Amino acid sequence: MSEREKLIEIKDLQVSFGTGRHKFVAVDHVNIDIYKGETFSLVGESGSGKTTIGRAITRINPVTGGEILFKGQRISGKISKELDQEVIRKCQMIFQDPMASLNERAKVDYIVSEGLINFHLYKDEDDRKRKVESILREVGLLPEFASRFPHEFSGGQRQRIGIARALIMEPEFVVADEPISALDVSIRAQVLNLLNRLRKSRGLTYLFIAHDLSVVRFISDRIGVIHKGRIVELAEAEELFLHPLHPYTKALLSAVPIPDPELEKKKELLIYDPSIHDYSTDQPIWEEILPGHFIYGNQRELDQYRREIEGK
Amino acid sequence: MSKEPILSAKDIEIQFSLRGKTLKAIRRCSLDLYEGETLAIVGESGSGKSVFTKSFLGMLDANGKITGGSIMYGGVDIAQYKTEKQWMTIRGKKISMVMQDPMTSLNPLKKIGKQIQESIELNQGLKGEAARKEAIEMLKKVGIPDAERRANQYPHEFSGGMRQRVVIAIAVACRPQILICDEPTTALDVTIQAQILNLIRDLQHELGMTVIYITHDLGVVANVADRVAVMYAGQIVEYGQVNEIFYNPWHPYTWALLSSLPQLGIKGEELPTIDGTPPNLFQEVKGDAFAPRNKQALAIDFEEEPPFFSVSPTHSAKTWYLDPRAPKVEQPKTIRLLREKMGHEEVTGQ
Ligand SMILES: Nc1ncnc2c1ncn2[C@@H]1O[C@H](COP(=O)(O)OP(=O)(O)OP(=O)(O)O)[C@@H](O)[C@H]1O
Ligand SMILES: Nc1ncnc2c1ncn2[C@@H]1O[C@H](COP(=O)(O)OP(=O)(O)OP(=O)(O)O)[C@@H](O)[C@H]1O
Ligand SMILES: [Mg+2]
Ligand SMILES: [Mg+2]
Repeated sequence: MSEREKLIEIKDLQVSFGTGRHKFVAVDHVNIDIYKGETFSLVGESGSGKTTIGRAITRINPVTGGEILFKGQRISGKISKELDQEVIRKCQMIFQDPMASLNERAKVDYIVSEGLINFHLYKDEDDRKRKVESILREVGLLPEFASRFPHEFSGGQRQRIGIARALIMEPEFVVADEPISALDVSIRAQVLNLLNRLRKSRGLTYLFIAHDLSVVRFISDRIGVIHKGRIVELAEAEELFLHPLHPYTKALLSAVPIPDPELEKKKELLIYDPSIHDYSTDQPIWEEILPGHFIYGNQRELDQYRREIEGK
Repeated sequence: MSKEPILSAKDIEIQFSLRGKTLKAIRRCSLDLYEGETLAIVGESGSGKSVFTKSFLGMLDANGKITGGSIMYGGVDIAQYKTEKQWMTIRGKKISMVMQDPMTSLNPLKKIGKQIQESIELNQGLKGEAARKEAIEMLKKVGIPDAERRANQYPHEFSGGMRQRVVIAIAVACRPQILICDEPTTALDVTIQAQILNLIRDLQHELGMTVIYITHDLGVVANVADRVAVMYAGQIVEYGQVNEIFYNPWHPYTWALLSSLPQLGIKGEELPTIDGTPPNLFQEVKGDAFAPRNKQALAIDFEEEPPFFSVSPTHSAKTWYLDPRAPKVEQPKTIRLLREKMGHEEVTGQ
């Protein structure tokens, strides 16, 4: 791997909720580097900690172990007020649940420009209006929508308000948590094209979280597969789709719905049984099994994965 | 399917009033639903899928109302219902809906287990401990691990996909005759999604339930649907059996939709999209609502709204292309080659 600039470094991250007997570790031992200008995707089980990781980076969830760096500077735990402000501005999050994340009582005009207002990122009122109008158009909404309240929209329209609100800040890093789940394939394509364009023109970097693996394959440079709070496999997008190694990844890929009734009905599902891993004596490690292709497993499993690679 | 429909919506119009202006969200939309079938509704974001189906249970927002048409269900025109009391005889019990935004249908201040339990008590006649047990059983069925402990948590302690499954559990616990699932699996990984789709399918067979899926995931449509209806700008523009819609679509919007599938995209290049924006529904729509975005639109498309033309006894599309008087139009190449691109080994004739 060449020496590319690491924008985000997640080191041995742990996030837990509650204390004492009620303590619940949602995310543990997560290590991810995200390079400037790339789209890194997290896929995996529902409830496995994807949103929690995104919220830890954007400082919404406190970190209980490990650390997170942004351009080499620690941004987890206690940090200076200036740095905190910088993170708020430059690291934006598109939230998974649009309804819960939009202020019900504010009009779209205010919701979308709230960040601009807080950071005085516009010249004058005209400039602000222009910015709102332009971003609404980019996500396929009509400028007239600005005077409406969130509950007066369809699910996908609301989701795009959330996208507009994050992108208008001209961030450097965006956590996009299921940003396109409520969009029809054509508007989804429009939003994906927009994200890709911003990446090329502004060097924007994404942590992309999605369950739709055909989208993930299309948009990602690299993909991490997460299961029960732990990354089990990480590789470049095509490598992961063509040569998955971990049984969970294989099960996941086998279940991807195919938009073709005949093929979809013939599809065979692989079932993942976590009890196949016997980690009682032979302890698992995080191993770079091929350049850029990482996997979580113990020696016996790694040997088997190596045989699998050679057998190809 | 010569049977009588279980529910029949005819020429439904729905308007919202917005600070003095009127938005026509649904424009004379008709749908026959048959007992035991699975119908998928797909279509543009904002085209009215949620609003149309919410009107079957009287769940429109306060500023919206049905301004025309009828919804025949059980021999009664329920579009005429005025009071909550009338709707309560149907909602939940006979027709139940999994809402698109799970947070809006969960009470943030009430424990998850309790919320499912209440739905069971209301609809299945179980009480107290028995209902609590059934609630936990439901949580397990929708794949929530550690269900006993999880039942005592609040919605904010659940992940997005776990909340979505709770909402499904509540709707299914009602054992309705018609179940409407509005984007029920958007927050679920594909393995759990497959599990949930199977759960609904099993219940459907067990209870003879009729199911409407609203989804943007055409893979899910391919998996579950017997029939598909495609919506654009407040109307159904094409409907047919699932194979007819995927392999022989005729409405230009359906063509555009299928052409934007990411599976057809080439990495590093832009995905095809549909130029322009959907019509402003504050204004009267003239002709075919999709015409301004359709590069091959006919002159008449801008003048007159097309009727439905039938392609087969089960398949119709609302486009002038199918009028015998229209110039001959071919399906676009991407559509004709869709099967091949998806990985069919040989292309068999339609
Ligand atoms: N505020 C909280 N309090 C307690 N537990 C929480 C809280 N937030 C999340 N969790 C738990 O942490 C785990 C990970 O949740 P997270 O939302 O990160 O999952 P996810 O991978 O985003 O799932 P999904 O794909 O369903 O959105 C879950 O078990 C969830 O119940
Ligand atoms: N309470 C409301 N007040 C005003 N307009 C509304 C209201 N609710 C919905 N609308 C409008 O009605 C139209 C149809 O909305 P609907 O929610 O049915 O769309 P949808 O097809 O479900 O879209 P999506 O796929 O994005 O969920 C949209 O243009 C929306 O903005
Ligand atoms: Mg999540
Ligand atoms: Mg909707």
